[in-house]
Amino acid sequence: MEILSPLPQYIVSGLTNGAIYALIALGFGIIYNATTIINFAQGEMVMLGALSAISIYQLRPSLPLAFLGGVAAVTLVGLAFERLALRPVRDPNPLSLIIITVGGAVFIKGIAMLLWGKDPYSLPPFTGHVPIALGPATVLPQNLWVLGVGAVVVLILEAFFRLTLVGKAMRACAYNPRAACLVGISTGRMVQLSFGLSAALGAAGGILIAPLTLGVYDMGTMLGLKGFSAAILGGLGSSLGGVLGGLLLGVAESLASGLISSGYRDAVAFFLLLLALFIRPQGLLGGKG
Amino acid sequence: MRLRRFLNRWLLFVAVVILIPLAVESEYYLTLLNFIGIHTILVVGLNLLMGYAGQISLGHAAFFGLGAYTSGILTGTYGINPWLALMAGLLISGSAAFLIGVPALKLRGYYLAMATLGFGVIVYIVFNELQTWTGGPSGLAGIPALALAGFSFNTPLKLYLLIWPAVIFILALSASLVDSRTGRALRALHDSEAAAESLGVNTQRLKLLIFVWSALYASLAGSLYAHTMNFIAPSSFDIMFSIKLVTMVVVGGMASIWGSLLGAGVLTVLPELLVFFHDFEVVIFGGILMTVMIFLPRGLIRGLLDLKEFRRYQKEGGGLSG
Amino acid sequence: MAVNDVSFGVTPGQIKAVIGPNGAGKTTLFNLITGFLAPQRGRILYEDVEIQGEPPHQVASRGIARTFQLVQLFEHMSVLENVMVGRHRLSRAGLLAGALRLPWTRREEADIRQRAWEVLELVGLASRAHQPAAVLPLGLKRLLEVARALASEPRLLLLDEPASGLHRVETERLGELILALRDRGLTLLLVEHDMSLTMEVADEIAVLNYGRLIAEGPPRAIQRHPEVIAAYLGTDWQR
Repeated sequence: MEILSPLPQYIVSGLTNGAIYALIALGFGIIYNATTIINFAQGEMVMLGALSAISIYQLRPSLPLAFLGGVAAVTLVGLAFERLALRPVRDPNPLSLIIITVGGAVFIKGIAMLLWGKDPYSLPPFTGHVPIALGPATVLPQNLWVLGVGAVVVLILEAFFRLTLVGKAMRACAYNPRAACLVGISTGRMVQLSFGLSAALGAAGGILIAPLTLGVYDMGTMLGLKGFSAAILGGLGSSLGGVLGGLLLGVAESLASGLISSGYRDAVAFFLLLLALFIRPQGLLGGKG
Repeated sequence: MRLRRFLNRWLLFVAVVILIPLAVESEYYLTLLNFIGIHTILVVGLNLLMGYAGQISLGHAAFFGLGAYTSGILTGTYGINPWLALMAGLLISGSAAFLIGVPALKLRGYYLAMATLGFGVIVYIVFNELQTWTGGPSGLAGIPALALAGFSFNTPLKLYLLIWPAVIFILALSASLVDSRTGRALRALHDSEAAAESLGVNTQRLKLLIFVWSALYASLAGSLYAHTMNFIAPSSFDIMFSIKLVTMVVVGGMASIWGSLLGAGVLTVLPELLVFFHDFEVVIFGGILMTVMIFLPRGLIRGLLDLKEFRRYQKEGGGLSG
Repeated sequence: MAVNDVSFGVTPGQIKAVIGPNGAGKTTLFNLITGFLAPQRGRILYEDVEIQGEPPHQVASRGIARTFQLVQLFEHMSVLENVMVGRHRLSRAGLLAGALRLPWTRREEADIRQRAWEVLELVGLASRAHQPAAVLPLGLKRLLEVARALASEPRLLLLDEPASGLHRVETERLGELILALRDRGLTLLLVEHDMSLTMEVADEIAVLNYGRLIAEGPPRAIQRHPEVIAAYLGTDWQR
């Protein structure tokens, strides 16, 4: 079965990419839950995270600093975006808001191009580049970092939403903004928080894959759209759905690229998106319509 | 009286369109005007969808590309009559729009936006990958010019004589549509979908109809584009172009036929003016899109006109009621 | 459950009112009848045909029209155009035919415009025909919504709190209009809070409370009905 022997490798690399899609999908989900809008600028947060971390690293070669600095910087960008682009909106209907986030994504990408140019930059892997054998597949240490940090982040998020007061308040706002207001939760703050949080998630994802895929000004577009597809696939609004969607998408992409044709690799995500929208729009794990 | 003002506007417009080629000799400017014309056709269709039906297509470049490639491949590779090829393009784009629209519009909200996004990316990738037919990333060359009874539209001036009558026709047709029973139903749908439904308007079917209609306009523009450039490449039909189209609608004003012309004009000329600032093009488009939507959600021109009227109301001491 | 176990009928040519405290399920009832909601159980019969679960535009095509609790006018269109949309189900011009202005569509347009004028004259809004609907005061907006519904030549007209926000004179005029419509052969189903209007025009009243039907009958009987008094009217209505 020669054709199937690279299968484990495909699956492993698929899971790595999938983990990034999952992080991005979670970012979409958090904002969707707090505001019911789709923030198409999410992908650009990934890009900004990668490039900021790289710049910080170039100033001072400390990976932990670059990571934290990158996440912090992009969180500020996310908060600024909410404050400047979304809060002042005169007529907050879904159509307008979609267009604004799309415009924001383009704008941020343009700024990035001016700041960093079109060249790719690299970030050294966190713990070296000696491949590790994992049964029939080989995996780079960075891949394990992606999966590991990704898993930790998801667990922390779950704990945050279920166990902390702030997390529960955010969920309350999503279910019933008016009731939440009545009991004293500031929906404005929750929206702010959701933007900051998802920007942080995106940035983390970007910094994690930068050693693998290089940081470049236009990496955010495709990643964002694929992360979005993963979110829809898994069920917008469900964190487990986002994770599932991301991993599934990553593996499907990898398999299709390896077994069928690599040129259509990017099309897999959107094919699955259309499939999800037409067959089960609430996604695999989504409950609400 | 309204009729007179209406006719005046159109007569003026047609007069200007006729006079321009008499005054302008530069091939560069004529070509620029041709592109404005092609973009106008695209933008009017998208405006009908966004401004009236209240839906958004983030992948309209795909229909533009389908028209272009159908015309390009059928005429360039297979030597089929360009007019037939144009019809084929309409058929293909229209069918694609129908197939996507039926499931996407069954759902409430912005599912059409997402579906068109996905569709747009897939079509772009297909254009790049089906190399034997489309020529892949390096494009498809050797597309012949359109011809009518021996007269070949193969110079910028002749293309102007092809494109701008088409633009006038499309503008007139669209204005007529907006004023008709279907147009009223559309505008009603935009203001209150529930009320429109309660009066017998099948809103789902109407949205689908307008979506397909806008795809047909885009396909027409694509075919004209193919025969203008005699060369097409996938990079002209990417998501950035879809976003540029949305920006043109937004700048010109939603639900405005003339606004479509204005938006297409301004944003086709702008990159030419900014040729020294090419790097800024992306930032500027994104910035325009954001700022206009935040502060003037009905579009730039419409929004400015509204502001002017509002100030006039305030001065006259009137409120909005009574 | 918003509405549970409600069974009642409306006789052709009568004015029936549905009353009940807020949240009793009155607007939900309207939404069920007009197709904006589908019932989980039960049937809605119109002229012996089951219509539950049909989409709103289909229900409308059967000759059922409605107004809304919060006025849903086409704010960006003129008064006349609002009413012209009311003629939608009675006209046929499609997208292409209408855009190309084929001769038969022009005749149809003229007819639509003519009929819309007639309705405006009937309700007294003709002088405002070309004003944008947005500038009308609330009372006239409600009137316009009724006019628009009338333009569709319904046999059954559902009015959802038509007197809401109207002052005394406007409410009286509304009552006169409702009676006049009944005299022209329309059947009306009314949801209202204004008791004087309801008692004045209704032939029969159905009372909902917590989504259940608790009483049904002519106004006099309802006024004396103990459960209704306890739940809703209070003893002031015993005359």
